[in-house]
Amino acid sequence: MSEAKKPVLEVRNLSVTLPKGADREFAVEKVNFTVNPGEIVCLVGESGSGKSVIAFTVMGLLAKALKPSAGEILLQGENILAASETRLRELRCTRMSMIFQEPMTALNPVMPCGEQIDEVLNTHTKLDAAQRKAKIIAILERVKLPEPERIYASYPHQLSGGQRQRIMIAMALVLDPVLLIADEPTTALDVTTQAEILKLIAELQEGQGTGVLFITHDFGVVAEIAHRVAVLRWGELVEMGPTEQILSRPVEGYTKMLISSVPSIHPQHRGVRKEGITVLRTEKLGKVYSGKSFFQKSRVVKAAVDVDLDIRKGETLGIVGESGSGKSTVARCIARLIDPTDGKVFLGDTEIATMPAGKLRPHRRKVQIVFQDPYRSMNPRITVGEFIIEGPMNFGLKREEAMARARKLMETVRLDPNALDRFPHQFSGGQRQRICIARALAMEPELLIADEAVSALDVSVQKQVLELLDEIRQRLNLAVLFITHDLRVAAQICDYVAVMSKGRVVEYGSAEQVFGAPRDDYTKALFAAAPGRHWEFGKFATA
Amino acid sequence: MLDFIARRLVAIIPVLTVVAVLVFLMLRLTPGDPAAVIAGDNATSDQINDIREKLGLNEPIWTQFAIWIGDILQGNFGESFFFKKTVAELIAQRIEPTLALTICTLIFAVAISVPIGVMAAYRQGSIFDRIVMAFAVLGFSVPGFVIGYCLIYVFAIELGWLPVQGYVRIGVNFWQFLERMVLPSLTLSVGFIALISRITRASVLEVLNEDYIRTARAKGLSNRVVLMRHALRNAAVPILTVIGLGIAILMGGAVVTESVFGLPGLGRLTVEAVLSRDFPTIQTVILMFSVVYVVINLLVDISYTIFDPRIRY
Repeated sequence: MSEAKKPVLEVRNLSVTLPKGADREFAVEKVNFTVNPGEIVCLVGESGSGKSVIAFTVMGLLAKALKPSAGEILLQGENILAASETRLRELRCTRMSMIFQEPMTALNPVMPCGEQIDEVLNTHTKLDAAQRKAKIIAILERVKLPEPERIYASYPHQLSGGQRQRIMIAMALVLDPVLLIADEPTTALDVTTQAEILKLIAELQEGQGTGVLFITHDFGVVAEIAHRVAVLRWGELVEMGPTEQILSRPVEGYTKMLISSVPSIHPQHRGVRKEGITVLRTEKLGKVYSGKSFFQKSRVVKAAVDVDLDIRKGETLGIVGESGSGKSTVARCIARLIDPTDGKVFLGDTEIATMPAGKLRPHRRKVQIVFQDPYRSMNPRITVGEFIIEGPMNFGLKREEAMARARKLMETVRLDPNALDRFPHQFSGGQRQRICIARALAMEPELLIADEAVSALDVSVQKQVLELLDEIRQRLNLAVLFITHDLRVAAQICDYVAVMSKGRVVEYGSAEQVFGAPRDDYTKALFAAAPGRHWEFGKFATA
Repeated sequence: MLDFIARRLVAIIPVLTVVAVLVFLMLRLTPGDPAAVIAGDNATSDQINDIREKLGLNEPIWTQFAIWIGDILQGNFGESFFFKKTVAELIAQRIEPTLALTICTLIFAVAISVPIGVMAAYRQGSIFDRIVMAFAVLGFSVPGFVIGYCLIYVFAIELGWLPVQGYVRIGVNFWQFLERMVLPSLTLSVGFIALISRITRASVLEVLNEDYIRTARAKGLSNRVVLMRHALRNAAVPILTVIGLGIAILMGGAVVTESVFGLPGLGRLTVEAVLSRDFPTIQTVILMFSVVYVVINLLVDISYTIFDPRIRY
């Protein structure tokens, strides 16, 4: 990064006002930073920190309710905040481009990918059809998509998530903009795909000298890609500096807290206990989905094949894997939310895989699940108290007893027992997830399944919920099945780890063995792709 | 795709069976004797019984049903009790005005409601949006014959721009045909416009919140392109569905509208047939309406594939 070059983006004293009635006055307040040519600047922060608002303000794509109220944004010296709508349209995709979080939904589903890139050229250049086509094929090759001609004519749903994100990148960079804004571009992707996309962005930006404003909540990604880092909290820029400095010598308490919350990828030594009673055992568990149709060829999807697992009391077994690996299918089979098609599931000594629904009911209590999204797994129209006691009351507990249990559990998950008569929307994401845990515990289960239970949470909240889960496991001597795609989380919470790929368990052992000395090639590839794996995030005193 | 069409066509059979049984039973179980209607006010019970015998109404009900179904399977829809013609002839005579009315109404309604729905969505909360929404409520709640008579009063009687009622065949004089189509189609389309513009607005509003609309704007496309190329096509499927289902409203509305404007169509034929207990005519017309309805909705389903490449049968 040469100091002689003028910055491509200067944000000076930027404030964006929130509509009246919001929890604070400004979405973003008095933020200053620059992005130089060829530089990747990461904006990090938890949800609600205003990082996306900054990105959308630069692009001029803010929601109507939000208004930039002070400051200026200079793109190569030109103040974007003062630019007309027409001028902004001219700048978009020519000098500044943006890629988004969800490649699944960011492309128009009813238009071939090539045409969607063609729109950019058609709008901003005077090239004829043949020249445009040639340029698109060239950019598709540059983002390393196989068979550019085929991809050109493909619809988004015919491509994988990683391929779609490459299309987005191709679309953003086809006219060589000076600034690329990337809003969590790899958050929705699997870890191996994420590694490839990060590498691609870094390569392209270095080659063209593009300045990149990279928005993320993931410090692993920051360690992997950023030159400089800006930390945001509640719309204010807390701290900014070179990546190495921020990650290893943060000054502000908030930054220290955030970085300390990042789980280490090295498992802590927890000691392997073998003495507990086996709570759950699966034997060659399998689930096959077959689309039966009278007229068409039947499609068969093997979601889980020959899965052998066991969990003892007081132990946490983690299942890690990428999307589509079958980890959630296994969890759902164990809870009999779906019916396994092969194999056996022993809950204690009882085989439940083939048990008819009527007989199964008393066993339902013993296995409880906490789901991923605390916003959607609670009924918004009933109070959290009703939410917690519904299960126990279905199993014959009297209302007063159930309520007493709920009050106790609220204390267990460190929430105010007097909040039982409130509704879900009155709680934050982390609090809701605690309530979901309390609901599961109210059934006094033998096995607690956490299906990506901390994946939707901010890193600092995630840390608290993980600690809570672990504490509950120890106190109640509970068996926990922990499903996650996040290797760092798995490293911290699991005694044993099963790595799944394409429906099969490819590696199964103690966390120390699997993380320390992986044997399977897939496991190795998975670990190699984990962002920031070379970085040991320090634990700072946050006094 | 061909499989799909074949399956759907086969599925028409049970639908028609149910409709046939229901219509047949309901006509026979409701009071009112066609023979008495035909015989007139001064007929003796013997005369009425003779007529019943001649029409086959004295047979047991299941025998009557079997005869009727057997005839239909041979392509014979029977003879009208009242008009002294075969039902097939009757329908052939009466189908043109109804066909013309529904097609004009459809074109009219879609041409008006889709653009105003899109505009209302784009300018959500504006005065234009509110007017469209108010109109939609009004269009739904005012009965067709009220709208019809209001239009006749204003445009035919007060202003004298258009004829009050009547029908001229399209082959006889195209201009006069059009003149006489304007008011009925307008009347019939009011409810339809209200329905489609509402659904267009809702559907476009939903699409406008999608990520790919944000992407389109981030590409520097103009609002018009974003709206027409990206939003409308994605919003098409629900709009088409409602248009397909709405055909039923059109067919029901045709009965009233044809009566108000004196169009000699199937709607009026149905009313006349019902009043005179003309069983064969009623049965056939209703069966025909159900076939049309099922086939139109099949066409709508097929048309989805044009708008959304993800839909494959």
